[in-house]
Amino acid sequence: MIIRSLARAVAPAAVVGIGFLALWEFVVKAFDIKPFLLPAPSAIWSALLDRAGLVWDATFQTGTNALYGLLGGVVLGVVLAFVLMRFRFLDEMITPLAVALNAIPIIVLVPVLNNMFSATTEAPRRIMVMLIVFFIVLVNVAKGLRQVSATHIELMRSYAASPWQILVKTRIPNAVPYLFTALKIAAPVAVITAFVAEYFGGLQNGLGYGITSNATVSRTDAMWAYVVGACALGLTFFLISVGLERVTTQQQQQHTGGTAPGGADR
Amino acid sequence: MTAEEGVAAGPRTASDEAVVVDGAAMVFNAGRPNQVDALTEIDLTVHQGDFVSLIGPSGCGKSTLLRLIANLLVPTGGAVTVNGKPAAQARLDQDYGMAFQQSGLFEWRTVSKNIELPLELKGWDKRRRAERAREMLELVKLPDRGDAMPWQLSGGQQQRVAIARALAAHPPLLLMDEPFGALDEMTREHMQSELLQICAATGTTVVFVTHSIPEAVYLSGRVVVMSAGPGRITAVVDVDLGADRDEDTREDDSFYKKITEVREALRGAELDGAQRGIEDR
Repeated sequence: MIIRSLARAVAPAAVVGIGFLALWEFVVKAFDIKPFLLPAPSAIWSALLDRAGLVWDATFQTGTNALYGLLGGVVLGVVLAFVLMRFRFLDEMITPLAVALNAIPIIVLVPVLNNMFSATTEAPRRIMVMLIVFFIVLVNVAKGLRQVSATHIELMRSYAASPWQILVKTRIPNAVPYLFTALKIAAPVAVITAFVAEYFGGLQNGLGYGITSNATVSRTDAMWAYVVGACALGLTFFLISVGLERVTTQQQQQHTGGTAPGGADR
Repeated sequence: MTAEEGVAAGPRTASDEAVVVDGAAMVFNAGRPNQVDALTEIDLTVHQGDFVSLIGPSGCGKSTLLRLIANLLVPTGGAVTVNGKPAAQARLDQDYGMAFQQSGLFEWRTVSKNIELPLELKGWDKRRRAERAREMLELVKLPDRGDAMPWQLSGGQQQRVAIARALAAHPPLLLMDEPFGALDEMTREHMQSELLQICAATGTTVVFVTHSIPEAVYLSGRVVVMSAGPGRITAVVDVDLGADRDEDTREDDSFYKKITEVREALRGAELDGAQRGIEDR
């Protein structure tokens, strides 16, 4: 039942995809396009099979960087969100700064980080991912901790609840959907950042390096093999974020559905 | 007539007083350009078992007065006594339950867990909490909805759960801030009748803020009419419709007479100010 409905949902896209690959193959063969300009899908496939181990290793490496950065950024963002909520003066100092920094393309800092660390470490890339994820998580979770319904706060005060009880029973549960929203946004961004960070030099083991190095020597079919790996990695993180989105929308359904007709709850 | 007079005749004792507001004043932003005199010279006594409504235009301070009684705000002058103690102590002792226009249910808790919340904060054990939640759900006629999430309930049902939660710890006093304001007219009248039944069954004292004249008259033993700029009590209307009011009461001549009386009291109060926000339904 589930498999059938899934097949029905995927089938049209699969037909278009296969059709597109067939057309690509046909155009390359029919117009005799040179392989260094655009290799045929069949050529890319055989190039991928030739170096399956290498592409897998590169995908794994970039994926690991993205994952480490993602986890580090989430932990750091959540922790600082709590600190900012606790100390109002810090909040007033740091939050505008965080929002402003978030608007700057801080990916350009990668060469700076590369200079700060030794050439044999993944640290600069992971730190880069972590920084970008960190801001997304901080801004969202801080909002979730702060934007609590006034009625909830009045209720808790009428129960003579302590600030700690208000935190545990009101603010934290309120912030959970905000965290999931942040994760949904951050997951694809993490993989893009990990990937692009490799364009700025450093260790020569990831997908980004595989693409640039093969491109410079016009081994186009090998370059495309790494692009296939990048697609697979991006798709994996995308599916993770879709799963997170599903959790989020369920939570949000509860939130919006919790409103009495005619009265806004928050 | 002054605010201190009760509904029923006979001598009153101090222990009989659920709420005493003595010369209370509330000034927001005192001394600053945006100073607001929200309440001035408020005297009000509510006796045990009374149902008292506060009615008045927007900005007359009726919600502020309710929050002074709840100790969610501290008056800038005068004193508030609840159950014979200072309001702050009464809050710490959870001597009252509260319900708002927004049901304020916690979206991530089931209906039962919402009702259990005040008991949780009081440190009740799990079994006793569950038992009381079941009892309260019976009282508000939602016996089968304990495991539902708030968003699965209608607006009226959510408000019933909010009332169940407010009464879960069996407080002697219930403070309500326009609890039926967001409901449609039919549900609203239904809820009013049920609230009266619940109060009769539990003997709870109620202070009820509303801007609907019929609602105030139907529910109350006493309607306290307030006026804005600065907020003050301008009239008190005793409503003697009897204890067992039902849907027929709404068609009764004496009901209409009281509505007219309250309306005229509000008009009188409004002669020196613009009439705002009074619903005539």
